[in-house]
Amino acid sequence: MANKLINQMGLPKSIANIFAARNIITAKDALSLTEFELMELLDVGMTEVTFAMAHISEVVCPPCQTALLLMEQRVRNESLAGHLPTRLKGLDEALCGGIPFGVLTELVGPPGIGKTQFCLKLSLLASLPVNCGGLEGRVIYIDVESKFSSKRLIEIGTKSFPEIFYKKGMAQEMAGRIMILRPTSLSEFAESLHRIKVSLLQQQVKLLIIDSMAALVLGEHDSGASRQQALGWHVSFIKSLAEFSRIPIVLTNQVRSQIGDESLMYSFQARSHSTKEDTPVTFDSHLVAALGINWAHAVTIRLVLESKSGQRFIKLAKSPISPPLAFPFNITASGIVLLDDNGIEMKGPEINNIHCQGQNALSNYER
Amino acid sequence: MEIGMLPISASKRGKLLAAGYTTLHSIATTSITHLATDIEVSESEALEILNFATRNSALERSSGSNTNVIQVGGQTAWDMLNEERFSSSITTSCADLDNILGGGINCKEVTEIGGVPGIGKTQIGIQLAVNVQIPLDYGGLGGKAIYIDTEGSFMVERVLQIAEACIEDMSEYSHHFHKDNQAYGVKMHPNSILENIFYFRVCSYTEQIALVNYLDKFVTEHKDVKIIIIDSVTFHFRQDFEDMALRTRLLGEMSLKLMKLAKNFSLAVVMLNQVTTKHVEGSFQLTLALGDSWSHSCTNRIILYWNGDERHAYIDKSPSLKSASAPYSVTSRGIRNSTSSSKRIKMV
Repeated sequence: MANKLINQMGLPKSIANIFAARNIITAKDALSLTEFELMELLDVGMTEVTFAMAHISEVVCPPCQTALLLMEQRVRNESLAGHLPTRLKGLDEALCGGIPFGVLTELVGPPGIGKTQFCLKLSLLASLPVNCGGLEGRVIYIDVESKFSSKRLIEIGTKSFPEIFYKKGMAQEMAGRIMILRPTSLSEFAESLHRIKVSLLQQQVKLLIIDSMAALVLGEHDSGASRQQALGWHVSFIKSLAEFSRIPIVLTNQVRSQIGDESLMYSFQARSHSTKEDTPVTFDSHLVAALGINWAHAVTIRLVLESKSGQRFIKLAKSPISPPLAFPFNITASGIVLLDDNGIEMKGPEINNIHCQGQNALSNYER
Repeated sequence: MEIGMLPISASKRGKLLAAGYTTLHSIATTSITHLATDIEVSESEALEILNFATRNSALERSSGSNTNVIQVGGQTAWDMLNEERFSSSITTSCADLDNILGGGINCKEVTEIGGVPGIGKTQIGIQLAVNVQIPLDYGGLGGKAIYIDTEGSFMVERVLQIAEACIEDMSEYSHHFHKDNQAYGVKMHPNSILENIFYFRVCSYTEQIALVNYLDKFVTEHKDVKIIIIDSVTFHFRQDFEDMALRTRLLGEMSLKLMKLAKNFSLAVVMLNQVTTKHVEGSFQLTLALGDSWSHSCTNRIILYWNGDERHAYIDKSPSLKSASAPYSVTSRGIRNSTSSSKRIKMV
């Protein structure tokens, strides 16, 4: 809407022509100027300018919906009321039915914890026929680190849904719905996103997975501010993609070790805490999510996968719909399984910590 | 007052000056036909200029002769005090937080709430959108809410949960106070709460500016809107914005418009903000996003942070409230006092 042309907004011809003559073509151009600047630029009086601005604003501003209408629409138009079930009972209950459509869901955790396993399972679930509780759609899997394994995909499929996968030709059909893209740079990634945008909007694709976002961004040469900016642009783009095609988008993020004293505080907090320096030094949680705080704000749901005292946990670190819960899980031949569906409610910022200890990195999963 | 202050186009102003009209008085005393021929415009345009000029010069003269110069659009502190006494506030559903805020989020004011991801900004936003609808009988405002979502984190499922909990609380309250009278049963339905939340999904900063411009008209048509929530004000201004000077100006303009809305329609404006890291004296600190000049533009600023295992809200800036902090918690029923014990076991 921001790039809507002013001469198509139904303004009186006389004013619309003046805008065009002064090279103020889109709503974005006009709304970036003050009324006074516009008066000077367009050489018209204030009443005309205020009228034109009010008109442009009204045309550009998004439509109003009541929350009730929104809910009814979701229930009516979307399969499973707008959620992709993960088939992990506890997690689905906490998330009101599964991974929601239209928003970004992030998986963050140390290497080998099971992020890719989770993604594989999700892509299978989205491609399952509707009568088996799936979405019967195509899946686009953006595999940056070349970790996608079709063998493992079929294995998870046959173990979790034997009744479907032992049917002749079904495995082929399922796997045929999953398309894997392997971009090597951020620009290539953006390009492929633009290409698939059309098919996304035609609603054939029901799930988009990016494994991993961190590898994409961190692989770029430039760092610091310009990287932040590049990331910012992509975040906006992916978010709008999710919003308009109303599909769930799942992204994975890596971890990095904390640099020095990075326990971030506000200035007013630092004052009050400076007196007691004796806070115990944290010994095992030196890990933080690789993409920074700006990114963390942008994702709607953050799932942290971690291992603590030899037990793996999946934690709902950020979610607008569920309390901070932690579920112990295990990786089996059929993918991720929860050991307990009730979940443990976590207190405090502990939910955001990423532990990695007591885990044998070599044995990726028990067969 | 000068010719330059007239709300007319630059070329007409130039013509006026060239024709020797330097004061408003000189325009006001001339006739339309004279003016039209002098500056070569049509008579209707000349009439328009003449109207502006006479109105402004009349205003100038009256205020010049009157000793009470400031009266135009001004208000004495005493009047303001009286007005503030009747101004209402919206409860946050957390008594501790309401206490330090002096009753809740105040109407006629712009409040900024910021904090790290997952601290509960959106939760507070949704809670306020529900709480503003608590009927007058229950000490609420019985108003409606506008929810401007820039991030796509508004979840209807969650609104429904909070609305249901809010209605339960109200019926408990009425049961408590009117045991004898069954007529006081709460007649509200969660769906009617959802119906009174006007939701706008904003997808770019241009749309955000356009929407703020349009709100004036929208609120005029929906007079019972008592709160505007922007979740978050930051998102689009933080992504892909190169011209920082332009950003600061646009943000400033937007916050002024919101302040005007808050005053004119006596409604509360709540802006949610994200955090960023800032390098201060050799160490990194957390601070709210959008820079230093932005921090001037809000009346009240509340920062949400983790204090040990508890969520706290801290009043960072307010002209009337003293800086204080209070614990709160996010439960399945919404924002509540932090002392309420949880059913689930605590993890060690």
